[in-house]
Amino acid sequence: MVPQVIQLIDESGSAVSQLPDLGKDRLRAMFISMLRVRIVDGRMLTLQRAGRIGFVGTSTGMEGAQIGSAAALKAQDWLWSGLREGGAAVMRGLPLAEYVAQMYCNANDTAKGRQMCNHFQHKGSNYPSWSSVIGTQIPHAVGAAYASKMRGEDVVHSVYFGDGATSSNGFHSGMNQAAVWKVPAVFVCVNNGWAISVSAKAQTAAETYAHKASAYGMPAARVDGNDAVACYATMQAAVERARKGDGPSLVVLETYRIMGHSSSDDPSKYRDEDEVAGWIAKDPIQRLEQYLTSQGFLAEGEREKIEAELLAEIDTVIHEQEAAAPMALKTLVEDVYATVPGHLKRQYNDFIEVAERHGDAQPGDGAFPL
Amino acid sequence: MPTLTLIQAVNDGLKVSMRQDESVLVFGEDVGPKGGVFLATEGLTAEFGKARCFDTPLSEDGIIGTAIGMAANGLRPVCEIQFQDFIFPAFDQIVSEAAKLRYRSGGQYTAPMVIRTPYGGGIRGGLYHSQSGEAYFAHTAGLKVVIPSTAYDAKGLLLAAIEDPDPVLFMEPKALYRHEKGEVPEGHYTVDLSTLRTVREGDNVTVFCYGSMVPVVEKAAAKAAEQGIQCEVVDLRTLLPLDEQGVLDAARKTGRCVIVHEAPRFCGYGAEISAMIAENIIEYMEAPVRRVTGFDTPFPNTLEHHYLPDERRVLDAIEEVARY
Repeated sequence: MVPQVIQLIDESGSAVSQLPDLGKDRLRAMFISMLRVRIVDGRMLTLQRAGRIGFVGTSTGMEGAQIGSAAALKAQDWLWSGLREGGAAVMRGLPLAEYVAQMYCNANDTAKGRQMCNHFQHKGSNYPSWSSVIGTQIPHAVGAAYASKMRGEDVVHSVYFGDGATSSNGFHSGMNQAAVWKVPAVFVCVNNGWAISVSAKAQTAAETYAHKASAYGMPAARVDGNDAVACYATMQAAVERARKGDGPSLVVLETYRIMGHSSSDDPSKYRDEDEVAGWIAKDPIQRLEQYLTSQGFLAEGEREKIEAELLAEIDTVIHEQEAAAPMALKTLVEDVYATVPGHLKRQYNDFIEVAERHGDAQPGDGAFPL
Repeated sequence: MPTLTLIQAVNDGLKVSMRQDESVLVFGEDVGPKGGVFLATEGLTAEFGKARCFDTPLSEDGIIGTAIGMAANGLRPVCEIQFQDFIFPAFDQIVSEAAKLRYRSGGQYTAPMVIRTPYGGGIRGGLYHSQSGEAYFAHTAGLKVVIPSTAYDAKGLLLAAIEDPDPVLFMEPKALYRHEKGEVPEGHYTVDLSTLRTVREGDNVTVFCYGSMVPVVEKAAAKAAEQGIQCEVVDLRTLLPLDEQGVLDAARKTGRCVIVHEAPRFCGYGAEISAMIAENIIEYMEAPVRRVTGFDTPFPNTLEHHYLPDERRVLDAIEEVARY
């Protein structure tokens, strides 16, 4: 049986079912968060084209899936991320300055510029960064959920991944162990149609991604990922189920990646422009805008005003982060272990001697005492 | 002081740790009521309950992947991989995730955890119950690699590993599980990681070894002494981070070095010791460094006693280096 795709607001922006009682303020906040994702992505892409940052993986077309679903999490819950959840992190508390610092990999980056762009983290809102290896974060979420359950905490662990990750070891071991251990976890598969150039249909012979859950003995739901409110409502049910101790479940957000996999990808090589155009017409931001307008929650022309504010906000942050210092050279050998071991001190000291001779060393980059 | 076998010392170490720290938990394949295939975890489920010592589904990737999440969220997992030969499905989680979490997060997230696993030959285990994969892991920044060779060290190093803030691969020489016995203090004590153990002092030849090769080298050194060749035998104990200064001091003491491990030779751990000596103190060397190792082949089954370095091969190398 093919699970029904849950939709609460149709493509014209009309409610087609009972909506969760989010109220005007929360709906507007979701809408603004979605707009911020799009505006920030646009700015990051411009910076990448200008050679200021190295890499961008945008969420264009997926803002509803990301923001709607993550809005159902409580502050104490965790979000184990993949490539494209940075916007959700910002909504949950990641300062925009840290987001941009991570894209610049500069000295303000809490990860000390060590990861390539689009690998955000925010300890304050329980958002660890992903590694780049697909699916490895899935069992991490399960283990962390076990820890929360063992301590009797009121904490749910959500873990986000794409359609491609459903083929990974981590998906299998994570889903399986989560169900056996009955941990408070929610698996969020953002099916955006493409794993770089491999279509979602070429990734699995299963009829839908939701089918995969039944083999692990857990329920699944499929949602119109471009309907932010449906994403919220479905995620909310899955999160509450986990919170009550009823175990994990899988939520599949059916959406589409409008842009390339990243700024390094040319999707025209492998997909049909008509397919893209069809999904652009289902834009999640426009859909929520139409609904909000119809309810009187958004005034005529207000979107443009909000966009202008968001542009000013991101441009201020970019301006600040452009000026930040590069990372100190000592970070080459720090945080490998809790304390820098002798062999790394010696390797660094050998290096810094050459760097100093060539004028590359900064103040504070001096040798370790041995 | 009680006399324990190496595996009893591991079991005792786990109990001591779990009694003093509620965040320590033990899991893996068959480690629960059965107590593990070698009985390293015997009695833990009975004493600490199913939430703190339990069986997992048969997935090494899942065992280590979930351990990382537990560690990142405040627990101290001590997971078991039943045989080191079966660890490779989890290689990604160890190398890409556990070893790099602290670095890639700038210290915001860490993975203090221990992966216990029996390694090495000598039990007629064939290709897939006998391997010594330490070199794969010693090549991984962010990981610690520890191999005890005595009951005393097994407990003390295990407790130090569990209390360490970084992920530790704790490789147990299964050939010594029941053959190695020694006095082991009751209760809590630790043996510092990244320290060497001088097994025997001597001025003529230095022999570096670890794990299951230590008793083999001890016997060869005793034979060499009968011929007047006095060996300095060094048990490395922690392969990463290595006490490099201790290795260089021991090598310089005699100027004649032999390195013994049962793992294959090419790019094996002995190559690193040999290179360290060549790079740092070659002017003190009186003879070429000799390695006595397993073959660069898969691990054999019926011929394993020929594959493994034995007393004769080690003694031959000691004699050759001493005579040079």
